[in-house]
Amino acid sequence: MKVDLNTVEEVSKELYIRALKLLPPDIKDGFTQLAATETGATAKNVLATIMTNIEVAENTNNMLCQDTGVPIYYVTIGDEVDVGGHALMQAIRRGCERATREHPLRSSVVHPLTRKNNHSSCGIEVPVIHVDYSDTPDELTIKMVPKGSGSENNSFLKMAIPAEGIDAIKAFVVDCAINAGGKTCPPTIVGVGLGGTSDLCVALAKRASTRQLGTVCADPEGAKLEAELSAAINRLGVGPQGLGGDSTAFAVHIELAHTHITMNPIAVNMQCHSARRAKATFSPAGVTYGF
Amino acid sequence: MAHYELETPVSEAQIRQLRVNDTVTLHTTLFGIRDATQIHLFDHGRSTRFDLSGHAVIHTAPNVRKVEPSTEYPAGYAPVCIGTTTSDRMERFTRPLMTQYGVRMIVGKGGMRDGSLAAFQELGGVYLAIVGGTAALETTWIEQIEDVDLDDLNPESLWKFRIRNFGPLLVAMDSHGNSLYDVVRSDVERNRASALASLGVHSS
Repeated sequence: MKVDLNTVEEVSKELYIRALKLLPPDIKDGFTQLAATETGATAKNVLATIMTNIEVAENTNNMLCQDTGVPIYYVTIGDEVDVGGHALMQAIRRGCERATREHPLRSSVVHPLTRKNNHSSCGIEVPVIHVDYSDTPDELTIKMVPKGSGSENNSFLKMAIPAEGIDAIKAFVVDCAINAGGKTCPPTIVGVGLGGTSDLCVALAKRASTRQLGTVCADPEGAKLEAELSAAINRLGVGPQGLGGDSTAFAVHIELAHTHITMNPIAVNMQCHSARRAKATFSPAGVTYGF
Repeated sequence: MAHYELETPVSEAQIRQLRVNDTVTLHTTLFGIRDATQIHLFDHGRSTRFDLSGHAVIHTAPNVRKVEPSTEYPAGYAPVCIGTTTSDRMERFTRPLMTQYGVRMIVGKGGMRDGSLAAFQELGGVYLAIVGGTAALETTWIEQIEDVDLDDLNPESLWKFRIRNFGPLLVAMDSHGNSLYDVVRSDVERNRASALASLGVHSS
């Protein structure tokens, strides 16, 4: 299957805008579930306001949150897909820049030292583009995540040691949720990366925090720990917006990799309640949009 | 738990009557400020032509569309999506905002710390919590971008918004030393041990 790069550019533009406006159905379901069990009075009001906002965004064709975030594109290329490499990256970048200028969107991206904003949402290494491969031959997918800063600023890495064991993982994740407090716009998805190297561990945490609600870690031990940690975090009482309540996290998601015999790395990356993402799937039949 | 409809600017007496868990709806004018705005005002020696005395500021950097200045868009900007950012990063600017510019209300999300609470108590100020991540709703409370200053910092300019029915906002930190965030923080610290125990971890 040959994929046209002009289409990739258009789709990359569209994905950024769609992600900012349409909350995925699994996140909406997550709100319904939290609202059904929340006992705090302030927390109930906060959840109701958030759910109203989702409706207002849909009815006014507006963005859910003003934070256009750091644009991230996850590309997965099937074995039989002919799409180029560098040229694909450039097409995604052009689409991201066009979304910013043409919609228009607030460019939230600046140089880390000069703090200069070139009003394109692009810069050195931004948009962040991850490329992976799949064995689905005739399929290319692009998942777009506008990663908001309130949650991204609460990202943590601990290079624990084997002697600290699984307890170190559990305590670290709980303490990260405590330290993040209301700054991350809870209820959050708490993404946890375990194992790998330091850089892989952090990347796994981000993959976990942007995973669809209701999915579980592919590793059974990871899946078991996800359930335990989800329950524990929701005992803390941080609550929506850090104003107290039962609904601190939709879920804890874990992604893991094997690691070194001397290492026990743990990374945490939070996703705010505006857990936005959009996905496009290219197949011989054309392009379809989803989440 | 009372509700107040406040036209800006407000007096110190109006602020002193507010208590945590009260709600406030703002009318008339709201100023938008952010990290870079305050870094330039307080670290780089710049100043603004706006009179912020008795006013409310909101921690924001909006999505806007540049348009020809007109009666509808006097600043040459149409609002697209305006929401609220995390306040905690701007903690050290609360006191100078109040002492140098006379600001009385900070609208934000996630709360602020002891330094802000002390400034609110000494100088007569409050923190009004908005629900973060609800910008589509918030945008409907903003009638117009009336004016803009320090616009070389765009989108972190100093924005002057005309507002109507902006709220309800929750009084989360008042001028009497009370902070809902402190209450939650001590509850959470207490709950930490039971959360860790549920995981089979002895709390450290």
